[in-house]
Amino acid sequence: MTEPTLLSTQTLLAYLVAAGFFIVGLKRLNSPATARLGNTISGIGMAIAVIATLLDKKVVTYGTIAAGLVVGGAVGLFMARRAKMTEMPQLVALLHGIGSLAALIVAGAEYIRVAQAHDQMALASGIATQVSIAIGGFTFSGSIIAFAKLHEIMTGKPILFPGMRFVTGLTLLGIIVFGYAQVHAFAAPLDVFYGAVGLSLLLGVLFVLPIGGADMPVVISVLNSSAGVAAAMVGFVIQNPILILSGSLIGSAGIILSQIMCRAMNRSLTNVLFSAFGTATAKSAKSSAGLTVKSITPEDAAMQLAYAQLVIVVPGYGLAVAQAQHLVRELGDLIEKRGGEVRYAVHPVAGRMPGHMNVVLAEANVAYDKLFEMEAINDEFDRADVALVVGANDVVNPAARTDPTSPIYGMPILNADHAKSCIVLKRGMSAGFAGIENELFYAGKTWMLFGDAKASLTKLVAEIKGIA
Amino acid sequence: MSDPAFFGNLAMFVLATFLGVELIGRVPPTLHTPLMSAANAVCGIVVIGAIIVAGGGNDWIARILGFAATALAMVNVVGGYAVTGRMLGMFRKDEKKKE
Repeated sequence: MTEPTLLSTQTLLAYLVAAGFFIVGLKRLNSPATARLGNTISGIGMAIAVIATLLDKKVVTYGTIAAGLVVGGAVGLFMARRAKMTEMPQLVALLHGIGSLAALIVAGAEYIRVAQAHDQMALASGIATQVSIAIGGFTFSGSIIAFAKLHEIMTGKPILFPGMRFVTGLTLLGIIVFGYAQVHAFAAPLDVFYGAVGLSLLLGVLFVLPIGGADMPVVISVLNSSAGVAAAMVGFVIQNPILILSGSLIGSAGIILSQIMCRAMNRSLTNVLFSAFGTATAKSAKSSAGLTVKSITPEDAAMQLAYAQLVIVVPGYGLAVAQAQHLVRELGDLIEKRGGEVRYAVHPVAGRMPGHMNVVLAEANVAYDKLFEMEAINDEFDRADVALVVGANDVVNPAARTDPTSPIYGMPILNADHAKSCIVLKRGMSAGFAGIENELFYAGKTWMLFGDAKASLTKLVAEIKGIA
Repeated sequence: MSDPAFFGNLAMFVLATFLGVELIGRVPPTLHTPLMSAANAVCGIVVIGAIIVAGGGNDWIARILGFAATALAMVNVVGGYAVTGRMLGMFRKDEKKKE
C-alpha cells in the first residue's frame, strides 16, 4: 500500500499560517472599504503556501515547476488585465474551468502513479480519487460550456434533446459504476480511469446545456462550489491539509451564493438546474393582444428626468450588453447637478452572475452607496418621480405579483410600476428571458424609449444638457 | 478505515465548510462578484498539489502532467487575485455624502 511521503513539519505550519490568511482575507470581503486589503492578505497566504511547498523535501526538481509557474502566471495576468467588467461572468466561469482541470490532472497523476507502480489504493484515497475525477471533470467541462454560452460562442438558450435526462442519469450511473469498480479492485486500472474521466466530462456538458442564459448566476455559483470541492477532494488524494481546508471553505461559498440566487427568483435549486426554464414560451402568460404601448421621444423623456426629484435606475443585463454603464453614470451626474437625486435598484439576479451589475456600475464610477438592494429600495419607488429601466425586463414584471399562471409568479420584483412615471429603454418589444409579456410596458404611466440603450442614453444626455 | 489521519482530514473538511458558510454569509450583495472571483483564486490552491507532482522527480509522464497542472492552476491563482484586485479598486464611496 502506498503512503504518499509526508510533508515536513515546517511546511504544515506554514500551511496553517496560510489558512489563517485566507480566512482573514475572506472575512474582510464583508465591506467594500476593507475588501481590497482582504484580497491582498489572501494573496499573501497563497504565496506563503506556494513557497513553503517549494521548500519542502518532497520537491526535488525545479525546472518543470518554474516553467509552469511562469507560463501560468503570465497567462493569468494577461487575462485579468484584458477582461472588461461586463465580461466578468465568462472570465470567472473560465477560471473555474481552468482550476478544475488542474485539480483533475493532479488527481489523475496520482492515479497513474499508483497504476504504474501496481500499488494498491486504500479505500479512503480510492474514493477520494474517484470523487476528485468526477467533480473535477464535471466542473471543467461545465464551466467551459458556461463560458461559451456567456461569451456568446454558442447560444445562451437552453439546449435540449429528447431523452436528455435519461442520458444524464445514465452518465451519472456510469461514473458511480466506474468508481465502484476501481475502489472494489483496491487497485488502479487505467481503463477505468479513462472511462471515469470521459463520463465526468460528458456529465458537465449535459448539466449546463439545458440551462438558459438568465439562470447563469445560479450555474456559476454551483460551479464555484464544485470547483472548491474538487480542490478539497484532491487534498484527500494527496493528503494535503491546506487543499482540504481551502477547498471546503470555497465549496461553501458557492452553496451560499446559489441559495441567495434561487431565493431571489423564488425557485428551488432543482427547479433552476433541471426544469429547462425559458423553453416554454408564453403559454401561460397573458397575451398582449389589444394592448398598446406608448413610446416617448428622447426630448420628452429628458424633460421628465431633468425635473425629477428622485430617479431610480433599474439596470439589467441589457445595460452590460450595450456597454452603457458610463452613459448611465453621466446621465445620473447631470440629473444630480440639476438638484435631483439618483439611486440604483439592483435586483439580486440582474445580470449574469451574482453582483454583476454592481461591478459594471463601479467601473463607471457609480459610488457603491448609491446602489441599493431590492429590500432596501422597493418602498422608495412610491416616492420616485421616474423609474428608469435600462435593459431589465423580468425583474420588473408585475405579473410576478399578480398572475398566478405566470412562470415567474412569486418571484420578488422591483416595484418600478409604483413610481409616478416609468421610462423603459428597450430595443423592441421582444419578451424577456422567461419568454413572457411584461404588463409594465403596457401600463398607463409607462413610456417606452425604443432603440439601443447606448444610443438612447446618448440622446438623453444631450437633451438634458440642452435644457437650461 | 480507522485511519486517524483520514478522520482528521474529514473533520477539517466538515469544519471548514461550516466556517465558509459563516464567513461568506456576511458578504453584502454588492461584493458578490469580487467574492466569487476571490473564492475562485483561493481554489487555485490546487497549485500546491501540482507543484508536488511536477517536482517529485518522477518519470516524464508525471513531469508533463505536473507542468500542465502547475500552469493551469497558476492561471487560476494569478488571474483570480489580479482581477479581484482590479474590481475592488473600482468600488468607491460617494464623496459628496460626507458633506
